Amino acid sequence: MNAPSMTSEQPERKSVSRRGFLAGLVALFGFLWSLMAVYPIFRYLYPPKSMQAQSNVSSVTVADAKDIPVGTGRNFQFGSIPAILLHTQDGQFHAFNAICTHLGCTVQFRPDMQRIWCACHGGQYDPETGKNVAGPPPRPLAPLKAEVVNGKVVVSRVAS
Amino acid sequence: MMNLPQPKRLWDWLLERLELGPILYFAQNKEVPVHQYSFWYYMGGIILVLLIGQVLSGMLLMVYYIPEIRSAHASILALNSQIDFGWFVRSLHSWGANLMVLFLFAHLFSTYFMKAYRPPRELTWLSGMLLLGLGFGFGFTGYLLPWDSTSFFATKIGLDITAKVPLIGEPMAYILRGGADISQNTISRFFTIHVMLLPLLLLPVLGLHLWIIQAHGMSEPKQGPTAYPSPEEKYEKFFPTFIFKDFMAWVVVLGALAILVALRPWGVGPEADPFAPAPIGIKPEWYFLSMFQFLKLLPPKIGPLEGELVGILFFGLLGLILALIPFFDTGASESRSKAATGFGIFLLAGLIIFTIWGLFS
Repeated sequence: MNAPSMTSEQPERKSVSRRGFLAGLVALFGFLWSLMAVYPIFRYLYPPKSMQAQSNVSSVTVADAKDIPVGTGRNFQFGSIPAILLHTQDGQFHAFNAICTHLGCTVQFRPDMQRIWCACHGGQYDPETGKNVAGPPPRPLAPLKAEVVNGKVVVSRVAS
Repeated sequence: MMNLPQPKRLWDWLLERLELGPILYFAQNKEVPVHQYSFWYYMGGIILVLLIGQVLSGMLLMVYYIPEIRSAHASILALNSQIDFGWFVRSLHSWGANLMVLFLFAHLFSTYFMKAYRPPRELTWLSGMLLLGLGFGFGFTGYLLPWDSTSFFATKIGLDITAKVPLIGEPMAYILRGGADISQNTISRFFTIHVMLLPLLLLPVLGLHLWIIQAHGMSEPKQGPTAYPSPEEKYEKFFPTFIFKDFMAWVVVLGALAILVALRPWGVGPEADPFAPAPIGIKPEWYFLSMFQFLKLLPPKIGPLEGELVGILFFGLLGLILALIPFFDTGASESRSKAATGFGIFLLAGLIIFTIWGLFS
């Protein structure tokens, strides 16, 4: 390495030294090895879709229509999604996905305010349209379809 | 007769075998400066003793806690009501965690205002910031484990905030959650992170932090606004003088912890129900309250960005400035020193004001 002949040779050829080449090679292989280790770990931690509790329900019978008076609401489970059913002042039933569009808390109906309300950060939605009307939520609630069939409220997905 | 070490000489024998000479020499000569701000030197030691308490009480909790979605809450109920001293061990862990966060803040701001981060202590500061981050990680992952309604929604919000971080947020939240919804996967992951991953990360960072403190000795506030009139430098021996004062500080803090545990044992809320609405009056723990209150004030949209995202980027920026302060205020410039102090006052005042506001709103 320290022989004079070698040091005088190097600048001419402008080549990488043996030591530099090996160091680079070790670094490259080290990098490839770590990639090889990290990728399977990353995939391993990514749970498969098949493991997820998928909500395959298309409709849910929530309650007898007479059990939900005008001006009240009720939280219920729609497959794997928390949902909310409302009986508004116009006599209609409305249903929405109850996940607040702000930071994902589950909303509830506040009879005193006649609004859908989120306890976490005070977001408010209109109970008839699901539109975000006050507080931090950026978007309306995702709608579901509510109808009365034989005196029972049936909630189903909105055809999209 | 075998040539066994005699009990009398055992100490010398060990000293020689373990090459303890230099360490003993260091310990015998270690000194701590004495001045009007010496009080703040106790913060680190207090955090250390609380940390040891967390490890011990955590280990005891693991004996009964079950990280399974239908059993987690019941196992906490059993700890609180059936197992002898179960309430005591659990309250020690919960209250200990809260006290630790309190002293982490005290340590952070006292070292900040004494400008202990200045060269050559930049890495002490950065490793401390990393330890604070790990501490918050412990808090966040541990909070979910009792699986009550508050912990469920706190985790939901925390992960949704994580998901808002540009690019990496969404996959990170998905991996932490173990899917699209909080489930058994989330409990298993948080448990693993809380009892295995974070402790493993903590040890080397804490080791580094303590090692550089030994290497540099205690920082002394000498320049800038925190200067004090000192006719002559005074020092005291670490062994035995300072360590005994340390012991006394620990006795006081552990006493306070015992009072909190005895008079206000940590409760547990109703079991988490992923389909029930968020409980009325839900609030985060006090150390997240200032951020929570600030985020509540932001409008849904600021320009083209979501208000939440702006808030998160703002907190990220504050954290970054705090972490990089040693490279800005190196002690060479008086105006930069004043700017750093101003930033610290701004941060501390914001923290206190928004926390109190959050408490009363």
